[in-house]
Amino acid sequence: MNLTLLRGSFTGLMGPSGSGKTTVLTLIGCLRAVQDGSVHLLGRELNGAPDADLVALRRRLGFIFQAHNLHEGLTAVQNVMMGVQVHGRVPDAAAERAAAHALDLVGLSERRSYLPANLSGGQKQRVAVARALVASPALVLADEPTAALDKDSAAEVVDLLPRMGAARGTTTLLVTHDNRILDRADRILTLEDGRIVRIEDRDPR
Amino acid sequence: MSRLLQALFGRLPIGWLQLTHNRTRFAAALAGVAFANVLVFVQLGIMNSMGAATLRPYDFFQADIMISAGDANSLTDGGTTTFGIDPVKPGFLAPEISGDLNLLQVQDAAILDRLACGLARDEAAAIRPQSPLSFETQGRTVTACATFAGGGGFGGDGYMLVSDQTFLSLFNSRSSTAPDHILLTLRPGAQPRAVVARLKDLISDPGLRIRTQAEAAQEDLRPQQTRRPTGIIFRFGVLIGVLVGLVIVCQVLSTDVADHLRGYATFKAMGYGPRFFLGVVFEQALVLGVLGFLPGLAVGTTFQTAMGRITTLPLAMTPSMAISVFVGTVVFSALSRAIATRRLAAADPADLF
Repeated sequence: MNLTLLRGSFTGLMGPSGSGKTTVLTLIGCLRAVQDGSVHLLGRELNGAPDADLVALRRRLGFIFQAHNLHEGLTAVQNVMMGVQVHGRVPDAAAERAAAHALDLVGLSERRSYLPANLSGGQKQRVAVARALVASPALVLADEPTAALDKDSAAEVVDLLPRMGAARGTTTLLVTHDNRILDRADRILTLEDGRIVRIEDRDPR
Repeated sequence: MSRLLQALFGRLPIGWLQLTHNRTRFAAALAGVAFANVLVFVQLGIMNSMGAATLRPYDFFQADIMISAGDANSLTDGGTTTFGIDPVKPGFLAPEISGDLNLLQVQDAAILDRLACGLARDEAAAIRPQSPLSFETQGRTVTACATFAGGGGFGGDGYMLVSDQTFLSLFNSRSSTAPDHILLTLRPGAQPRAVVARLKDLISDPGLRIRTQAEAAQEDLRPQQTRRPTGIIFRFGVLIGVLVGLVIVCQVLSTDVADHLRGYATFKAMGYGPRFFLGVVFEQALVLGVLGFLPGLAVGTTFQTAMGRITTLPLAMTPSMAISVFVGTVVFSALSRAIATRRLAAADPADLF
């Protein structure tokens, strides 16, 4: 398959399970080594790149998973700070300011010092979004971020992702079957058996 | 604590926050560290006291050189060790004892170890030249008219000083021509080692051992610690204390790692490298080491003091013992944390999608 993501675009990826959506995300996300072919990410060839380079590249990405994957021992703001401090020694006050600002953007300013256990599913996923976006990544990879959420919570996240992406000029690649998210995409790709079977370029609402 | 660690590591104190998140588990890990510390302190205390007890009689004397009979390895000789010394030569004795030496000029007079096993403390405290204590030993009545602080050990119950004449009448088989130890003091400025070397040249008897007093003490100490069963037993005790602590902490922490595996995988995905995870391990080891050590030190000191009072062994918490146990605690906490963290390799960020 051949796929190019335009800078700043919001691309939806759909397809039946086993069609290779997740593999695409893990390859672009530098989480698996590229065995064959070529993946160009932010000006680097990933095929044959050493581990340390992959780790460094991952710092420029934002990940949003199906599960929120927040650290249970850290408060909302501390979880988001982890997204700042991965870039090295950042003064605590600065890291905390950035994290608090990101939480403001996802509408959780009131919940900064809550532990994940005391947040609802939708709130946790919004914290995860804040964590992924706090350091202004070049590319955000998201895997069915709304699948584990009920309808109302999903709506909060659906609203958030395209908006935050557009505001920061971030490229977003998102696996989802959620039509409300796909409605906002610039481009929708459908995958089957590891091939792109349909490309739909659209004018996002 | 949180702020201190934050300043120390220049990042959020993940290790601390993670440890304190589950209070029960944190308490269990701390109890494990503290328990291991107490075990090690007690064993180390006894082991050290064994050495101190062996060296203690050397403090009664102030000589530069000791010439010892070949079969006289130690100054401790089972039961109550009796020293027969010339009462008109106080220069060979420690100041605490030498003041009372003239009392020994009376036949069958003795200076008694007031910390000896089997001697009631109040009875010993009451001994004065005006109110002596008479008792029977070796079939003779001996009168103690002064005391000094000795104390029992593993090799004996305590000490008694008598005059050479009294000594010979107590022990009929001994003769004044065959003493166990001959003490020499040197003129100021003389080099003990040089004198020892010259004496060795002059005296050809291979059965005699000529050493400085310090050397004699050290040579007495070594077999106590390495060859006598007691020394070996307490060495094993220390080892077992360390192992028990290691197992407890390892168990507690590996459950902790397993519980946070997804969180770790996420951190890996976000781009945190091995140095970060190693830092978290070290941070947790430091927290467990410090916070587990303090109660361990408190309880260990209490136990040592109590045991010392009961046994009259020279048991005491020394700064060097405390420091070495603290360093050991942090090292072994880190080791058990590292073992627990091997499961971290199983945290594959690719499985998160």
